[in-house]
Amino acid sequence: MTYTNRADGSQINQPTARAQTGAHSGKTQVNRLAGGQIDQQSSINFSFDGKQYQGHPGDTLASALLANNVRLMARSFKYHRPRGVLTSDSAEPNALVELRTGARQEPNTRATTAELFDGLVAKSQNRSPSLKYDFMAINDRFSNFLTAGFYYKTFMWPVSFWEKIYEPIIRKAAGLGSLSLEEDPDEYDKGFLHCDLLVVGGGPSGLSAALTAGRAGAQVILADEDYLFGGRLNGETFGIGEQSGQDWVAATVAELHSLPNVRCMSRTTVNGAYDHGIYSAVERVSDHLPVPPEGKPRQILWRIYSKRTLLCAGAIERPIAFENNDRPGIMLASAMRDYANRWAVTAAHKVAIFTNNDDGHRTAVDLIAKGVKVAAVIDTRADAPRIADCELLAGAQVIDTSGRLGLKFIKVRLADGSERSIECGALGVSGGWNPNVHMTCHQRGRPIWNEQISAFVPGEDSIPGMTVAGAANGDFSTAAALETGSAQAVAALGDLGIKTSKIDLPQAEDAPVNIQPFWHVRHGKGRAWLDQQNDVTVKDVKLAHQENYRSVEHLKRYTTLGMATDQGKTSNMGGLAIMAELTGQSIPETGTTIFRPPYSPVAMGTWGGRARGKDFHPVRETPSHKWALENGASFVEVGNWLRVQWFSQPGETHWRESVDREVRAVRASVGVCDVTTLGKIDIQGTDAAPFLNTVYANAFAKLAVGKTRYGLMLREDGNAMDDGTTARLSEHHFVMTTTTANAVEVYRHMEFVRQCLFPDMDVQLISTTEAWAQYAVAGPNSRKLLQKIVDPEFDLSNEGFEFMACREITVCGGLRARLFRISFSGELAYEIAVPTRYGDALFRRIMEAGKEFDVVAYGTEALGVMRIEKGHAAGNELNGTITALNLGMGRMVSKKKDSIGSTMSEREGMNLPDALNMVGFKPVNSADKVTAGGHLMTKGTPVDAEHDQGYVTSACYSPILNSSIGLGFLKDGANRMGEIVSLVSPVTNLNVDVEVVNPQFVDPEGVRVRA
Amino acid sequence: MIINHPLLGPRDAQEFTFLGSASLIDRPDWQAEDALEQFSDYTYLRNDTGGENRELWFHEAGDRSWLVVTRNTFTHEITNVEMASDVARARGRSK
Amino acid sequence: MGYSGFRVIKEALTGHKGWKPAWRDPEPQSAYDYIIIGGGGHGLATAYYLAKEFGKKRIAVLEKGWLGGGNVGRNTTIIRSNYLLDGNEPFYEYSMKLWEGLEQELNYNAMVSQRGILNLIHTDPQRDAFTRRGNAMILNGADAELLSVEQIKKEYPFLNFNDARFPIKGGLAQRRGGTVRHDAVAWGYARAADRLGVDLIQNCEVTGFRIENGVCKGVETSRGYIGANKVASCVAGSSPRVMSHAGIRLPIETTVMQAFVTEGLKPIMPGVITFGAGHFYCSQSDKGGLVFGGDPDGYNSYAQRGNLPTVEDVCESGMALIPALGRARMLRMWGGVMDMSMDGSPIIDKTEIGGLYFNGGWCYGGFKATPASGMCYAHLLATDTPHKYAAAYRFDRFRRGYVIDEKGMGPSPSLH
Repeated sequence: MTYTNRADGSQINQPTARAQTGAHSGKTQVNRLAGGQIDQQSSINFSFDGKQYQGHPGDTLASALLANNVRLMARSFKYHRPRGVLTSDSAEPNALVELRTGARQEPNTRATTAELFDGLVAKSQNRSPSLKYDFMAINDRFSNFLTAGFYYKTFMWPVSFWEKIYEPIIRKAAGLGSLSLEEDPDEYDKGFLHCDLLVVGGGPSGLSAALTAGRAGAQVILADEDYLFGGRLNGETFGIGEQSGQDWVAATVAELHSLPNVRCMSRTTVNGAYDHGIYSAVERVSDHLPVPPEGKPRQILWRIYSKRTLLCAGAIERPIAFENNDRPGIMLASAMRDYANRWAVTAAHKVAIFTNNDDGHRTAVDLIAKGVKVAAVIDTRADAPRIADCELLAGAQVIDTSGRLGLKFIKVRLADGSERSIECGALGVSGGWNPNVHMTCHQRGRPIWNEQISAFVPGEDSIPGMTVAGAANGDFSTAAALETGSAQAVAALGDLGIKTSKIDLPQAEDAPVNIQPFWHVRHGKGRAWLDQQNDVTVKDVKLAHQENYRSVEHLKRYTTLGMATDQGKTSNMGGLAIMAELTGQSIPETGTTIFRPPYSPVAMGTWGGRARGKDFHPVRETPSHKWALENGASFVEVGNWLRVQWFSQPGETHWRESVDREVRAVRASVGVCDVTTLGKIDIQGTDAAPFLNTVYANAFAKLAVGKTRYGLMLREDGNAMDDGTTARLSEHHFVMTTTTANAVEVYRHMEFVRQCLFPDMDVQLISTTEAWAQYAVAGPNSRKLLQKIVDPEFDLSNEGFEFMACREITVCGGLRARLFRISFSGELAYEIAVPTRYGDALFRRIMEAGKEFDVVAYGTEALGVMRIEKGHAAGNELNGTITALNLGMGRMVSKKKDSIGSTMSEREGMNLPDALNMVGFKPVNSADKVTAGGHLMTKGTPVDAEHDQGYVTSACYSPILNSSIGLGFLKDGANRMGEIVSLVSPVTNLNVDVEVVNPQFVDPEGVRVRA
Repeated sequence: MIINHPLLGPRDAQEFTFLGSASLIDRPDWQAEDALEQFSDYTYLRNDTGGENRELWFHEAGDRSWLVVTRNTFTHEITNVEMASDVARARGRSK
Repeated sequence: MGYSGFRVIKEALTGHKGWKPAWRDPEPQSAYDYIIIGGGGHGLATAYYLAKEFGKKRIAVLEKGWLGGGNVGRNTTIIRSNYLLDGNEPFYEYSMKLWEGLEQELNYNAMVSQRGILNLIHTDPQRDAFTRRGNAMILNGADAELLSVEQIKKEYPFLNFNDARFPIKGGLAQRRGGTVRHDAVAWGYARAADRLGVDLIQNCEVTGFRIENGVCKGVETSRGYIGANKVASCVAGSSPRVMSHAGIRLPIETTVMQAFVTEGLKPIMPGVITFGAGHFYCSQSDKGGLVFGGDPDGYNSYAQRGNLPTVEDVCESGMALIPALGRARMLRMWGGVMDMSMDGSPIIDKTEIGGLYFNGGWCYGGFKATPASGMCYAHLLATDTPHKYAAAYRFDRFRRGYVIDEKGMGPSPSLH
């Protein structure tokens, strides 16, 4: 095996040579044939259910197991029936395994698409104790009791038994594979791609399209879920022109690789069509390797922006329902052909074919050519043509099969009504082909019925910008695929103004579709499977019909038809056809099959990409973050910000000790807190003042230059949106702060007001949150401390810089800064801001200069305690349902001007006499605790919702008052000062008496802030 | 979805934040006699019956423009994108 | 004949010949006493309770497609009564109580599974808010429990407790919350209503109202005119469309909400969990699929499908919460059309047109409300007075300032 480096840096397994003999297959691979697109010269080891096997590079797990004569690979969902492969591709409903071990264990992996690698470990799933002997197979015996929807009719008594008895049993039996429950160790990436033409599928039509567009110079992406381009050509023996199909593919892919404007992406499933030409695709970068190479992701989720898309997704063969049609060894005829031609494998040395169309006969032809004995071709058509050199049973049907863990015999009813048993280990079934319309349904487009091929084809313009070519559009022959692929590429480029013409098309197979619709064999009372994974049989459809679950959706939901991991790719059509028969309607009248993204299931890790663990969201650090790290900080997440919650000093063992110390220190001397996270919005323009007057409920137009004012911002519905302070630095220049939590919303809202409501106001806004490092310096010694920082020409005296003053200043010898005399703590306090690059230095300088005052740095907890002590509302109070009236600021809402929310705040329900008012609470018994989230009851009334009087929003322990205190909203609270009410919190088992008090616990007269 | 920004060209809708109906531009006169009634209708009542919808999108991760996007809510097809400030002016809004 | 285990056995032994249609397919009559527009969960429940609890006859449900084809057929099947506000919590708790007896009432196993719902807490303010909510639930007679991280670890050991960007700090649990087999709810009500004589008429789209002198006399449909004494709209995401035929503007916008399911897996998830620091909630169906979702796409849509940014956002949140999900595969995504009201709460009320009633605005929370919505709407239709548990769900609450804004997001429907 060699690895070749691709343009994008990933590596693929490539067979070094195509051996013509099976000389190295050894004795174990008894079903290995000669040839195939695998490297028979080298062998690789793998295990299945603990048993060691060998396969070859180029094998899938399924082909390698079949080569080793392993037909039994899985158990079905409901009846635990023994199952093998039905398909050779991603439509596989049966052969699901747990791949890999440990944290990389991957449930429900299709053996048909899992590429073999050395050391691959796979396990069968949903069986116990072993695949051969599965206890739950007892269900199959009782299948008559477990028909469609039986669970809707029973398990209702006694009532309590559902959760306790019935459901646990059902849940344990249900499910397929299992997760390891360990963290996925692999990485996943996301990427973006743009192109003129996205070609989905690299079979003959896709290759022809990509070549056409590539040669025309368009930006082309060609994606195929397989690891080999070529699509059906890999499983066929057709020649194209003078070449073999595979050689034509190789030459075409080589040319595409040589074109710099074409990106060929194998192992890449385009799995969803979204609006405006956006597609999702998953590239399986490392799934074919034991572990991803160093630095490589397991998979990449690509978001592809394409101007035009051509769907060349081919067709999916459909089975025929007949009794016991689910045994290991029974598969689609095309899968049987794929295994023989591409992987040089046959499931058995004697096989048979059951078909209703000419294509099924090809399998017989190809297997005979490979030396496999074909016992008979059973064709439902009385006039079936003789195509293969074997027995033809025309007008015959397979009516039953036998073989417990794998097919042994089929029973055939001949045209004359007689029955005959035929020994065979595998049966290829073809009921015709369904164009792969999956992605054309992703925007709820409905496929339309095509009588000629007895199948649904994509509806017109199902997806804007997408056209369909080749078999996906019902053009099944190779020649038609080549021709329509090229023609559709020309048309798509034409839409984009790129003129080109079709490529010279080589000669290719051009057989017509000869089919006589045939869906299920009518015979006896046995079960004939439609949806093999979910164990939905023809009987279930009949029962659904009998019980009037007849619409396609009822059928699907009642029987679970098509709801398995394959989304019914091979089963929906059969169910629909049988329902049509039962209702006497045509198939298109009965309904259509539609599909939803993704085309094939996608790992959650892939969707998640790198947004995991600590990388789930970006981290915003404050300017003092480094200093905080060096000084014992505990951090807390505030949105994406990390803020300091408190600083632990040596000897402090409980967070309360740290917080209490910080609070006491601030109130006694001085403390510093990083408040950079507050939203900052710079507002400039000749209309800045009237603009603020509009967005704030209270008046702002007359705010003096050099002054700061508290502002309350309402939503249009009259509820408080946010609050903060806004400083007027000059006539036409204001600086606003918002709460940390609402910074983004407030900015957006203000831009809405500016652009959508008052487009001619001369005002400009810019968010400067991250541009300025801002620190609160609070406490009686804050002035003294700042005097050591602020350059001496600026007067900080109470007269020179009074409460609510603001000024542009310089600090530390000329560094520009802004100073605001505002206070959240209730102490003499300032907020000082410098350009963020100086934030770290300033913080260190303040801490150094403050040593003589025993300055402390304090975190959000101490900040919170002090604002509660001071009775300031914050996020817990501004919960989106609170009005100015509730906050005790009703009179602030100016009625003399038009501001957002002022009109609506006049509504009756927002002005009730017993409206909630913000008040403070203190426990009557000082040992009791006030709990945020507790509800308030008038003493003596029942404790229930009907008597609810309000709730506590914020609570803390106040080291100043030596008591637990709280803020909250109480009905008519402003008039209930001194009343004792019950604070109940049943969810924390609390019921205490609290006194209603003024929310300003500390310095209600505001002496300190003005000191 | 892709929104063709009048100034910046096609942009992934992920760069934008959706607000709602473009009728939010038509904010009533606060001094009208029936201002409260008008504001109630303006704030709460909608005509979202499907099909062509004029709606406000904010280019949050872009140039911070508010746009009026005309989009079909059955198909998501976008037929027109305008600067909201232009629309607002055209609808008589000024200072 | 009723459904029972004995019956299942008997039918199994006699070739299942005795199973009757779950409901009839009657031709519409020329007139009914009550016409309910919309054969989804709420419409079918309304018809059932109207016949059962209020003894009304001559009732028809008109469904434009197939029964149960609305949001009852495309949701994430969660039931809970963990609301905060006075207008909501009693209603949802009433609904929970109806769920608890539903299967016996309907003689249909809808697999009401009270496996519990857990809202995770990641911040202190969230803890305060959930404490308040838990208390509101208990004060309204529901159950609620605050869980510690240790308790959560026992039940959900595979959540990210190691390197989470937003660590789990606790949770609010409602043990009586859980999931229900959603389709079976529609079918159970349909079958029970049909047995009481309600005409369930599929493929019958209402295209207009016949209104004379301010009174609704009947409906124009794709199958002709049908007269009625009372006409009741119950069409969720189609509400603005249907009501526009009567010239009524609604405080509702229609948006898309996506949901997702993985391939079947052996059981890992005992109940329902919601991530408090991202857009993700999840439960596991009895079949084994992890059923999950997040927030609405955030734009108005009738398309019943969403777009990639939301898909990725939800899955990123899922991976952040449950790192072990990496190798589970998402099987299918779908979108539902949500009637997002301006305050996030529903409306069950008369309209300004006589004989025309409205039920809608359920946002993405309508499934859990199905029984109570049906009962309260039936009460309104039968008595012309609001049911006590739906007394707050009036049209005029917006104009009068009594909105029920559970999330406090204001009049932005896409944010509720």
